[in-house]
Amino acid sequence: MREPALDYPDYKSTALRHPKQPLVYLPEQLTEMTGPALGHLRPGVVENDLTRQHEGEPVGERITVSGWLLDSDGRPIADSLVEIWQANAAGRYAHRWDRWPAALDPNFSGGGRTVTDSDGRYEFVTIKPGPYPWGNHYNAWRPAHIHFSLLGRSFEQRLVTQMYFPGDPLLPYDPIFNSVRDPAARERMVSRFSLDASQDNWALAYEFDIVLGGRVATPIEKAH
Amino acid sequence: MPGETPSQTVGPYLALGLPWADGPVADPDGVRISGRVLDGAGEPIPDALVETWQLDPAAFARSPTDDEGHWHVVVPRAPFVTVHVFARGLLRHLTTRIYLDPAPDDPVLAGVPAERRDTLLADQSDDGYRFDIRIQAHPPGRETVFFDV
Repeated sequence: MREPALDYPDYKSTALRHPKQPLVYLPEQLTEMTGPALGHLRPGVVENDLTRQHEGEPVGERITVSGWLLDSDGRPIADSLVEIWQANAAGRYAHRWDRWPAALDPNFSGGGRTVTDSDGRYEFVTIKPGPYPWGNHYNAWRPAHIHFSLLGRSFEQRLVTQMYFPGDPLLPYDPIFNSVRDPAARERMVSRFSLDASQDNWALAYEFDIVLGGRVATPIEKAH
Repeated sequence: MPGETPSQTVGPYLALGLPWADGPVADPDGVRISGRVLDGAGEPIPDALVETWQLDPAAFARSPTDDEGHWHVVVPRAPFVTVHVFARGLLRHLTTRIYLDPAPDDPVLAGVPAERRDTLLADQSDDGYRFDIRIQAHPPGRETVFFDV
């Protein structure tokens, strides 16, 4: 069975938002649908430093988040779009629906995007997001996380996920994190702290490698 | 071989990261497809994202839903477009197809149970095509067909 399950009662919003009919087998390869050409992205669209989108510095713990984008054979995926969004240091999103009474930060919008380099690596500079309460159940708190969206190389590799932080005491209580029942798979959503990659007198570093499933067209597959 | 990174929901605030100013328009001279994303109570889903992918010609469009669950794209005319749907409450994205002008022998449509096939057919409207995405059956039997990719 694929994880996470679409019907996961501990996360209450899945109740009315999962199909009740079985998924239908799709007898076609979709690997040749490759999504937006990067030419679609106008110059200047790369915004991988979320601390420099306003006049001043945002409040919070400055961090870098970097890693490899890989396919399921471990091959790096170059020139692929990586998009992120997150709460500010107080756990508040710069979104009109977020009513959690924590401070908004005029110097932090919380959205960024970049493209992997020729080696399949990406990097963001941001601030560490705060945890925040949500209405799922009594005393429900989301662990600190950064939303990631990956286009990969094909329709089948498309992934949206969340990156968590090592040692977060809220992880065992979070239904969204725990919707992935396989502990080893769950841990793949937790970034690693790296003192080596941290920059003296500047920023702490977290490393987060992302592995996309799905098939990609190769010359061998095309020959079939 | 490394293990795959699991999927998680886009959550309610996807608008901070995913919409592009020109995201819905893949081809300004193309065909407009619009509709709503609805939940199992028939209520609109205002925190969803619809992406359309096409092979020939290659095209990609992306539209968040508005407060009433409406989305729209303008894409090259084709027999069908393939779609990913994301939303708060969806732990993995869903995949469906919007048929505008299906070939009579379309193999994917043929593999869909006959009584559910019409959930994949767009309706013609004044300004193009209309296609509602019903993530869960409402009314019963009207749940959009989603594919196992």
